[in-house]
Amino acid sequence: MSRALPADLDCIVAVEQVTDYLEGVLPLEARTEFEQHLVTCPGCVIYLRQVRAQVAASGKLAEPRPVAEEVTRKLLEMFHASRGG
Amino acid sequence: MPAAAAELQALAQDSPLVEALRAGDERAFLGLVGSLHSAMIRFARGFLHSHATAEDVVQDTWAVVLEDIDRFEGRSTLRSWIFAILANLARTRASRDGRAIPLSALEPDQGEPAVDPTEFLPPSHSRWAGHWAKWPEPWPEEQLLSREALAHVRDAIDRLPAGQRAVIQLHDVEGWSSQEVCEALGLSDVNQRVLLHRARSRVRREIARHVERRSR
Repeated sequence: MSRALPADLDCIVAVEQVTDYLEGVLPLEARTEFEQHLVTCPGCVIYLRQVRAQVAASGKLAEPRPVAEEVTRKLLEMFHASRGG
Repeated sequence: MPAAAAELQALAQDSPLVEALRAGDERAFLGLVGSLHSAMIRFARGFLHSHATAEDVVQDTWAVVLEDIDRFEGRSTLRSWIFAILANLARTRASRDGRAIPLSALEPDQGEPAVDPTEFLPPSHSRWAGHWAKWPEPWPEEQLLSREALAHVRDAIDRLPAGQRAVIQLHDVEGWSSQEVCEALGLSDVNQRVLLHRARSRVRREIARHVERRSR
């Protein structure tokens, strides 16, 4: 059997590769296959966009909060004690 | 690779800070506490039942950090070294309280698919088996950054099993490199990524459910 095109990735397989793809650890061949799949699959493009948007949203959750004054005082005491002060 | 560059940069920034801490520079210490303390409590909460216990464990962690800072060799970033101490103390405390916390990929939902298989056409489909039965709905992406939507993301993360939650917090919320996450949690690169994948997949399903409910 000859094939003009490489076998397309199934979406059910592609969604399991999204993290490796975004982390840049898919081996070259798999990466090419994944990207070729995206060219023909709007569903997986939407999926990938969702994951990217989610990661961006997660990054907005990091808010260092001010540390309570009494905690700061206690930690400072520990700090000076540890430095022999 | 940008991740490796970020790691190098973090390492380079650490050394004057570590010197200042060793020299007893109070402002350096306060700066470090300010940048890490609340993230440490959130992280510890993933292993422990109560906020009070998490605060205890974080305070114990600072004590160990101060005791051991002279022995810090800079083989990892300062923050991943600190979180490794925290993870150990939190897990020890949890097991003392009767909860064993697995951190490997071997969590109860190992092998859970990223997307519910019913969203794809069945293997019996003659032409498109394994392809989307219906494309996912695009998300209104600006809305995902609204206060309300972010609270849902936060809740979804907080409901994850401990290992997944720890990995996604450090990697996606705090923006750490994979290498730092591995250092802090004592995970292999592969295990770290499996946990990240499971975590992201679960959180995505929760967001999708939320978006669909709103658009109905």
